[in-house]
Amino acid sequence: MRDRENGFIEIDRRDPGYRPKDQRVRDCRAVELRLTDGELVEQSARCMDCGIPFCQGARSAVGCPVKNLIPEFNDQVYHDQWRQALELLLAGGCFPEFTGRICPAPCEASCVCGLYKAPVAIRQIELAIIEKGFERGYMQPRPPAKRREEKIAIVGSGPAGLAAAHTLNRSGFRVTVYENAAHPGGILRYGVPDFKLEKWVIERRIGLMEAEGIVFETGVEVGADISYRFLKKRFDAILLTGGARRPRNLEVEGRELEGIHFAMPFLTQHNMRIGGEAVKAEAAILAGGKDVVVIGGGDTGSDCVGTSIRQGARSVTQLEILPEPPPLRSEETPWPLWPDQRRDSSSHAEGCMRRWSVQTKAFRGTDGKVKELCCTDVEWVATKDGAKSPREIEGSGFSVKADLVLLSMGFAGPGRNRLVEERGLALDERGFVRRDADNMTSEPGVFVAGDMSRGASLVVHAIQDGKQAAAGIGRYLAARGDA
Amino acid sequence: MSQGPQGLYDPSYEHDACGVGFVVNIDGKTSHAVIERGIEVLRNLLHRGATGADANTGDGAGIMVGMPDGFLRAECGNAGIDLPAAGSYGAGMFFLPRDRERRETCMRTVVETAGEEGLRFLGWREVPVDGAVLGERARLEQPVVMQGFVAGVEPVGGALERKLYVVRKQIERRARSVVNNREEFYIPSFSSRTIVYKGLMTATQVSGFYADLRDPGFESAMAVVHQRYSTNTFPSWSLAQPFRYLAHNGEINTLRGNLNWMASRERNLKSDLFGDDIGKILPIIEEGGSDSACLDNALELLEAGGRSIYLAMMMLVPQAWGAKYPMGPDLRGFFEYHAGLIEPWDGPAAVAFADGRYVGALLDRNGLRPARYTVTKDNFMVFASEAGVLDFEPSDVRERGALRPGQMIVVDLEEKRLLRDYEVKMRLARRRPYRRWVEENRIDVHGFFNAVSPVQPDRATLLTRGRLFGYTREDLRWIMDVMASEGHEPVGSMGSDQPLAVLSERPQLLYWYFKQMFAQVTNPAIDPIREELVMSLMTFLGSPDQILNEVPQHARLIKLRHPILSNEDLERIRNLRQEGFWARTLPIGFRAGGDGAAMQAALNNICRLAESAVTAGYRIVILSDKDLPEGEAPIPALLAVAAVNRRLIEKRLRTSVGLILETGEAREVMHFAVLLGYGASAVNPYLAFDMVADMALQKQLSVEQRVAKAIEHYVTAVCKGLLKTMSKMGISTLRSYRSAQVFQAVGLDRTLVNRYFTGTSSPVGGIGLDEIAAEANARYRAAYEPPQGAPELLPHGGQYRYSVDGERHLWTPDTVRLLQWATRTNNPDLYRQYAELINNQARGLCTLRGLFRFKQVSPVPLEEVEPVEAIVKRFVTGAMSFGSISREAHETLAVAMNRLGGMSNSGEGGEDAARYEPLPGGDSRCSAIKQVASGRFGVTAEYLINARDLQIKIAQGAKPGEGGQLPGHKVNAEIARVRHSTPGVSLISPPPHHDIYSIEDIAQLIYDLKNANPAARVSVKLVSEVGIGTVAAGVAKGHADMILVSGYDGGTGASPLSSIKHAGAPWELGLAETQQTLVLNGLRSRVRLQADGQLKTGRDVVVAALLGAEEFGFATAPLVVCGCVMMRKCHKNTCPVGVATQDPELRKKFTGKPEYVVNFFGMIAREVREIMAGLGFRTMDEMIGRSDLLEMNDAIGFWKAKGLDFSDVFHRPEAPPDAYRCTEKQDHGLGGALDNDIIEALGGAVETGRKAVVKMPVRNVNRTVGTLVSSRIVRRYGAAGLPDGTITLRLRGAAGQSFGAFCSRGMTLILEGEANDYLGKGLSGARIVVKPYRAAGYEASENIIVGNVVLYGATAGEVFINGRAGERFAIRNSGADVVVEGVGDHGCEYMTGGRAVILGATGVNFGAGMSGGIAYVYDETGQFDNNCNLDMLDLELVDGEEDRGELKALIEKHAALTGSRRARQILANWDQCLPRFIKVFPMEYKRALGRLSREDAETRRKAMVND
Repeated sequence: MRDRENGFIEIDRRDPGYRPKDQRVRDCRAVELRLTDGELVEQSARCMDCGIPFCQGARSAVGCPVKNLIPEFNDQVYHDQWRQALELLLAGGCFPEFTGRICPAPCEASCVCGLYKAPVAIRQIELAIIEKGFERGYMQPRPPAKRREEKIAIVGSGPAGLAAAHTLNRSGFRVTVYENAAHPGGILRYGVPDFKLEKWVIERRIGLMEAEGIVFETGVEVGADISYRFLKKRFDAILLTGGARRPRNLEVEGRELEGIHFAMPFLTQHNMRIGGEAVKAEAAILAGGKDVVVIGGGDTGSDCVGTSIRQGARSVTQLEILPEPPPLRSEETPWPLWPDQRRDSSSHAEGCMRRWSVQTKAFRGTDGKVKELCCTDVEWVATKDGAKSPREIEGSGFSVKADLVLLSMGFAGPGRNRLVEERGLALDERGFVRRDADNMTSEPGVFVAGDMSRGASLVVHAIQDGKQAAAGIGRYLAARGDA
Repeated sequence: MSQGPQGLYDPSYEHDACGVGFVVNIDGKTSHAVIERGIEVLRNLLHRGATGADANTGDGAGIMVGMPDGFLRAECGNAGIDLPAAGSYGAGMFFLPRDRERRETCMRTVVETAGEEGLRFLGWREVPVDGAVLGERARLEQPVVMQGFVAGVEPVGGALERKLYVVRKQIERRARSVVNNREEFYIPSFSSRTIVYKGLMTATQVSGFYADLRDPGFESAMAVVHQRYSTNTFPSWSLAQPFRYLAHNGEINTLRGNLNWMASRERNLKSDLFGDDIGKILPIIEEGGSDSACLDNALELLEAGGRSIYLAMMMLVPQAWGAKYPMGPDLRGFFEYHAGLIEPWDGPAAVAFADGRYVGALLDRNGLRPARYTVTKDNFMVFASEAGVLDFEPSDVRERGALRPGQMIVVDLEEKRLLRDYEVKMRLARRRPYRRWVEENRIDVHGFFNAVSPVQPDRATLLTRGRLFGYTREDLRWIMDVMASEGHEPVGSMGSDQPLAVLSERPQLLYWYFKQMFAQVTNPAIDPIREELVMSLMTFLGSPDQILNEVPQHARLIKLRHPILSNEDLERIRNLRQEGFWARTLPIGFRAGGDGAAMQAALNNICRLAESAVTAGYRIVILSDKDLPEGEAPIPALLAVAAVNRRLIEKRLRTSVGLILETGEAREVMHFAVLLGYGASAVNPYLAFDMVADMALQKQLSVEQRVAKAIEHYVTAVCKGLLKTMSKMGISTLRSYRSAQVFQAVGLDRTLVNRYFTGTSSPVGGIGLDEIAAEANARYRAAYEPPQGAPELLPHGGQYRYSVDGERHLWTPDTVRLLQWATRTNNPDLYRQYAELINNQARGLCTLRGLFRFKQVSPVPLEEVEPVEAIVKRFVTGAMSFGSISREAHETLAVAMNRLGGMSNSGEGGEDAARYEPLPGGDSRCSAIKQVASGRFGVTAEYLINARDLQIKIAQGAKPGEGGQLPGHKVNAEIARVRHSTPGVSLISPPPHHDIYSIEDIAQLIYDLKNANPAARVSVKLVSEVGIGTVAAGVAKGHADMILVSGYDGGTGASPLSSIKHAGAPWELGLAETQQTLVLNGLRSRVRLQADGQLKTGRDVVVAALLGAEEFGFATAPLVVCGCVMMRKCHKNTCPVGVATQDPELRKKFTGKPEYVVNFFGMIAREVREIMAGLGFRTMDEMIGRSDLLEMNDAIGFWKAKGLDFSDVFHRPEAPPDAYRCTEKQDHGLGGALDNDIIEALGGAVETGRKAVVKMPVRNVNRTVGTLVSSRIVRRYGAAGLPDGTITLRLRGAAGQSFGAFCSRGMTLILEGEANDYLGKGLSGARIVVKPYRAAGYEASENIIVGNVVLYGATAGEVFINGRAGERFAIRNSGADVVVEGVGDHGCEYMTGGRAVILGATGVNFGAGMSGGIAYVYDETGQFDNNCNLDMLDLELVDGEEDRGELKALIEKHAALTGSRRARQILANWDQCLPRFIKVFPMEYKRALGRLSREDAETRRKAMVND
């Protein structure tokens, strides 16, 4: 056995990489490859088992938000003890098979090993443990030994809703999840493309949750199909996990032109098609044969790039108003903070032109259809209060050809939600649903979790928020019981 | 005035150590000359005593003599008292109240009691005294001294003595009702054979005070003398020595246990000699006595009970007799028989004793006190702590000797013979057929302690049981895995930053409210690895309950090799069914959910059942928490054991029974140590066995192995850990450790402690039974009602490292990150965020100071507060050796501190001389503080001269009382050079400084260092524990300039996890106690105080200043500033940020800069200033010791903190304003050094470098000769010194301690006569020659000529000794060459370099821990390998040409320089003698020199782990 103390010095990080470009863009299957067992054991030997594992700094601004017991499961993998590793892994996040695939891994950004060389391949190890768990049949339904009387309704089946449902159900509560789409999963199902997260992974998990006793009611819109009063009467607590659905718009000249869409409908349609759901032909947003411009340089934008390429776009350009981040960690975000640095996804590598510090001034088109974007370069200058703001560089104007423009500039608030409006739940200054330390909204017994309240963020944050809301609901019900 | 307890000061913590001796005319001839010579001995031991703030009041001195019948007869005649024949009257010495009325009451009591007991009271004689010679404080308390005379109707001899004993005990008890103050009424002696004159005085005052002693008619054949050096601030008349039978130099570490056991024996005392009088002598041990006084009480009981005084002494302070000790079967039988009878009074001891017929002395098993004697041709003998206390004509001397560890020497005045050790022991061993008694009566348990059989754990319930007993994943993964896999305790580093048990929100085991005590200064720790042969875990079940008679049945015992019982062994004991060994099992549960009252009721019930079991004849009580009935939660095992032990002691039943614990709780070494320390006889940790077995079966051990093997390893690790824990306190045997309670409590309610842990200190109070019950209930709920959906895992624990689901820590991802970011960018906002996270303890209470609050006072404007530049000068960085941290890190800190004007600390690994030169640009890498630690690595004359502060490291927070080891693979060429050793050779630091075994020794070392560098101040680093105040007082009396109080929690070095967490106390307590004690006795103004241990913010600094610190040390935080991310892997050499590693690749990752460190201290100082402004202080000086401005923060409503009470911590004794901080300089007395005369005689030889010879007489009071001269040479010429032979000192006489210490090249010291301890300490290139007086009439090679611990830490030079040396010869020598003609025990211990030629016999344990250098031993008997510790050595013939040449050259030089007859004989018969030489060649050294064959080098050897 290799002496583990020197593992981080002697062993280099190995990433599994992706399927070959020309092959992967022709299908919608997952692009990322997997490490072999042997490689994983070796990679786990790189974990330094730190006195302060920054990777799991859940109480802090750094590291894994779901309290994953990273050094401990690494150690078990190192000793080829997958069952123990699984138990440790399951004590942290609820759905390692999701985060193991799509989490940007803040744990790795704060890994101490990263100070020396590349960080430990924590996400790969996480994924391997949970997949091994399914493969070997360790992942059996674990329904609660004792059922409680209290019932809980969860409105929304994205990562926050699922995490709350999982946690509450395991504690013995009776949980029903309402989802207005045809299938549960929320953003995981309809936002994240298959090439990152194949949908059978979600179905496998939903199956397990159902077997543990969670009821999923899909195709039901709360507020329309069933009322708040109905929920209130039938359930002891209601948790809203509706996500952040209201996209940030770009209100410039020509915005009304045909061919300019928000990213999320584009991605959702694509996911529905793959999942065999019907998409109305007249509403279809398709990139095939088009010059596609994606405005917004984040993850959603990147997903649009990859999806456009798979649909056969003629060209894909991605514009970002912020300056190009440095290739390595910037000084403003020293280790172990989440680094401000340039990230290139598998989609970018598939053929995409990227530009930074670009402001879109107007859309131009013919026949009501968008044809090009008028842009300028900007520079970022410090304002009086120390922040930075963009300033147009004179004479830098240029245009970009476009048949399809996808706006992925983030989310400004929860989508329209009848229940929120009907009950007049208090919102914060940003327009998200306000909550207390137990995740309870201004309406007693009504809770909120995930992007709907904290704003658009990572799946892993939504999961942690769901767990936290479950704990809050538990406390609320316990206190109510005492009273 | 003597002081009672106040604040944190308690007089019971006092220690003493002293000069002791006796003179005797072996022929029994009485004379006044004996008295005079006794007093002369006393005078020559003066420097071993101490004086307090009042320089004329000594700590006490006295003399015990044989009854001066002629003198008393004449005196009594004058007073009208008619004395009967000598030997048929008793004379009592009385200290009486000055108040007339009370005095008369006392005197009446004496007369009446004597009468009631059938004695005639003959009359009183007022002893003429002269109070004018005394110091002021002594005079204030001076008693009226009277002698009272009694005679029996018939008893004489032993019977009369016994009667006098009974009478005295009665008088003492009765007088207490009149004068409840030991100081006012005390009986120094009451005997028909001896009389004691003593008092609170210095040696020189004794004969001045007592006119009797000056009277020519005052005659005796013997005199025992004693000069006391007490740490105590308020020494007393009654505690002066000699006591009635003995005078003791040393300290009994196991006192509490010995007292408990003695008390337990009282109920069953029976003796035909005493008959009905036996009840009148209780209590055996007088209240309020010192440890020595208690030992005297025990001795007098055994003596009066019919044993000879030397037999009694051997019972109380037995020598080592374990399997590793070479010894015959009869003598071993003697010791084993008596071991079953009584536990050793363990601790350093040189004891002189006398009962009128016998006068003698013995040394304890460790032999850590010097004991030298001289016998003249006319049968006069002097024994003393030093050689040279009496001058004899050299030609009159017949023998010069020394006692070896465990040896005794006795003069029988009736037979007029001197009995040497072997003769005494032979007499003892064959008094009775002890060996046969032991063999015939020992209870044999079939299969006992054989191999353990594999445990089959019940997996289904393991998690539940684990939760019930508070197991954590950390326990399994970090503690038990290492123990079971490797057979030793796990090692960690970077201190402890999690909350104290009382501040934790997680249920804590009761053990964690206790902190281990450890030896510092007043007595040495032991090396449990290298000196294992003196240690023992052996213990008995079924101790005899009666000690005054001697019958074979006392040996009817079950002998346990160690106290950890396997499941089978416990069952064997349970089912023994042997007469007298019936076992009763008592469950220790209480109703789950019950409160403190419920637990108390359950405890009472258990105690009651235990008591009735014992009275019903059960001899073994098993307390068990196994398979408790449903609905019952286990009572913490420690509480149950302590309660039962206490009850049985109170009922005087404890010695009648063995108390075994069957518990699921105990798992780590600390648990076992506390259980044994509070009375358990043996422990069966059944659940720990299950856990280990499960780990082995589940392949969770890091070294895969079978279950039985894993359990064996685990038990081995516990045993090693217990030895280490005991050794830390200087305790050698488990039998004395048991019940010795060497712990202090932090966070336990005092009522609870007084009830169950009686005698344990708990300075801040804390939780009571309610909270203990609540924690037990929490564990019960976690086991049986876990929250649904919780993972099927034990909790993490998080005691040793941060984890999201574990205990809180101060160093977290956020604090580390913010501190690094703040200091790199010098950003005050980020610093404030960091400081807020640390200081705002309402959220995460971790430390005691977190509960403090500053009182509201009127502030001053910030700009009036002294500037940051002044404040940072008070900051120092902690001692971290180059070797433990990288060169980059070490130099970064040094440069930064030099820029600030603060001080950095070299640590204990020496320093590269290149760093003494400033860098271009003005920066300096020279560490201002140079540490002198027990390993003395790199401590050369040059090192010492390049310091502003010389710091004696007595202990370090991470592992007080322990040594360390730098494994060979870490010793690279650079480290080896700086440490004066060989690359690849392990370097072992011994647990104690081998020149500090006692409080008077530290005074000596301080004096040595001051001589080596008069410009530097000398500081002493102590670690916080209860009693540190009195230790500090002793150190201040020893003339330290600064005392550092370290918290237990600090410490960057690697050490056993149990030591990091469980040894020592928070600095808040130690600092406050030190401040209060020093202020109370007027010593504070002479010494500065520094505090360190997890200081992180300006608030921490202010708290420390208010509690009394003038300076502040930081270690972890500056390392974090330099990039440390708290990997806690410093011991692995794999530090990824280049801080704690020597790996060149990893060192490249070091990102620290001096600027960051400067930024850090600047920001700390700014925070300090802001707080100072708020508190209304303009200068730091005003703030020091203003503990009145602190109060408890009641706003923090943490449930367990409610019972804490800091009023004793905040106590501020009354004193003048300048007595709270250092306002004056110590007088080191360098002016009186002999070197001043030498320097004058040398003229300007040092400066000019011309040759010079100085001739002078020398005496034992001339200490540290040559060192001042050397310091001048080194300051001028550096390490190179002067050319060989430039300066020659020819001295004649008995040299004092530390002769030639740190002397440099160019000096030759030739001593004709003899020398005391520490000859050639730290020798740095000089040559020392010691030879007997030319006129000496004895064979030099058979006599002791130099004392113990010769050449300690020498780095270069030559020493030639024509005669034998004492114990621990050439210990830690790393470069000097030496020839000697015989050595005592532990020769060449820890040696790493140089050559030692020994032309005669050696004692035992030669070469223990010797990793380098070579010794050549002339082995005439062929027995040398028996005496050698072969763990690290190969013994070879001297057959290489090179070796032969080297050996012969050294012997030739020896012959030429000393004229040694032995050397000449060997050289004359070289071919015959050469084959008898054995070359002692350490294996590692051999490998490093490339002398090991390839195959041999490849053999895997188990590294010895103790770091």
